[in-house]
Amino acid sequence: MATVSSETLMEQFYNAFETWGLPLFVPQLIVMVVVATAVLIFVAVSVMFMVWWERKISAHIQVRFGPMRVGGWHGWAQSIADGIKLLIKEDIVPEGADRLVFALAPMVVFAAGFAAYVIIPFGPGLIVSDLNIGVLFYISISSLTVVGIIMAGWSSNNKYSVLGAIRSAAQAVSYEVPLVVSILGVIMTVGSLSMTRIVEAQQGVWFVIPQLLGFLIYMIAAIAECNRLPFDIPEAESELVAGFHVEYSGMRFAIFFLAEYANMFTVSAIAAALFLGGWHGPLLPGWLWFLLKTYFLIFVMMWLRWTLARLRVDQLMNLGWKVLLPLAFLNMGITGLILVLRG
Amino acid sequence: MTVTQAVFYLMATFTVGASLLVVLARNIVHCAIALVFAFFGVAALFILLDAEFLAATQVLLYVGGITILLLFAIMLTSRISARGGKIMNEQVGISAVVALALFGLMVYANLKGFPALVPPMLAASDNTASLGRLLLTTYVLPFEVVSLLLLAAMVGAIVLARREQGKD
Repeated sequence: MATVSSETLMEQFYNAFETWGLPLFVPQLIVMVVVATAVLIFVAVSVMFMVWWERKISAHIQVRFGPMRVGGWHGWAQSIADGIKLLIKEDIVPEGADRLVFALAPMVVFAAGFAAYVIIPFGPGLIVSDLNIGVLFYISISSLTVVGIIMAGWSSNNKYSVLGAIRSAAQAVSYEVPLVVSILGVIMTVGSLSMTRIVEAQQGVWFVIPQLLGFLIYMIAAIAECNRLPFDIPEAESELVAGFHVEYSGMRFAIFFLAEYANMFTVSAIAAALFLGGWHGPLLPGWLWFLLKTYFLIFVMMWLRWTLARLRVDQLMNLGWKVLLPLAFLNMGITGLILVLRG
Repeated sequence: MTVTQAVFYLMATFTVGASLLVVLARNIVHCAIALVFAFFGVAALFILLDAEFLAATQVLLYVGGITILLLFAIMLTSRISARGGKIMNEQVGISAVVALALFGLMVYANLKGFPALVPPMLAASDNTASLGRLLLTTYVLPFEVVSLLLLAAMVGAIVLARREQGKD
């Protein structure tokens, strides 16, 4: 998470290595590994919290208590116990599976989800790398997830997995288009793809006010990208058992699960940065504001999941191509018109 | 050898290896998956050339769009993915000639050095912004021609995919 929060410290660190006569890439590599580890730990802890939180929210929506026993207070340690259970379970590879692709698929999905954390601006300067292609990096790297899902579905040698993978690919391709176009309004207003610049431009007014339509389209498309209800056709339990990951168990399944929740965090964090002003907010420190906004959006996604019914395939396609996409283009056109009129 | 060079050779080997797998793997799904890695390697080479926008677009369009559509088509025709297809067909001779000619051309061009068509941009702080500006000013005609071509291809695809009324 923290790379350049105190730049003088970093300079001292680099200088120390220079005096020892080591080439510059050695300290750079060390910094990269440390930052990557920090992000990985953050992802793991955050996902464990989100799983527990989702179980509690779903339980309360259904007038239940949810996990109550493990750890004492409201079952807070349930996710840790589940994680340990998944770690020590047997690793099963189904007969007739394509072993190499089967093993590679969870890694591809997780790598794609993990790489997206590079451009999340947790606070002023608290960003792994402020790429000048920022948002575009996220959009392109997240498309890799679908490749991993197709690999998982096909290599499992199970018709339900293949069906889930095909549905997932169709859904992702359909909803990626409105997602990208909905972000364009913000990018046009700021004139930059860099996440830091986009957040800085929201010093006064958060983009959710001028770009309300864009925000709504983004959130709907993002939920679809995460394969969550009401867009969970790819893993509809009642039709496909579990979709593309039917045959996965133990740690490999855990990695899919981790990636799914990590993706949920990413899309919410991007929404918080693009539309809800990122780290801007009174009194509290920036990173706390950012996390509060992100977790609020995650809460909204959980809330929707446990209150809405699943869309049929045709409704899903109609919504994506005939409603969201034209609206996203309309939003882009109006934004462009206003920008031109304002000069 | 500098770090950049080392990374270049690493990524170049990776790309060439993945590309070889694309043409040599017996299972067509393996070919498609190898293609993903090949495209990724090319994106990495773009990054080494400071062309981040091109790299991101490469991944977005080729990995996120084209390969997924390819895989999608393979999944829908279940018989292909199960059978290990032949690597060579009867046109192997002609393709060898074409490939060799292309290889020779590239070797020649690399040895001779490319003439600079466009002067390299000086200390471009934001590649993406300059790229966008150039596309809509100096190169607006080629840009629009390509857009028209894509539109025509799209219309063609729709005409091909559409069922005639009354016929099925």
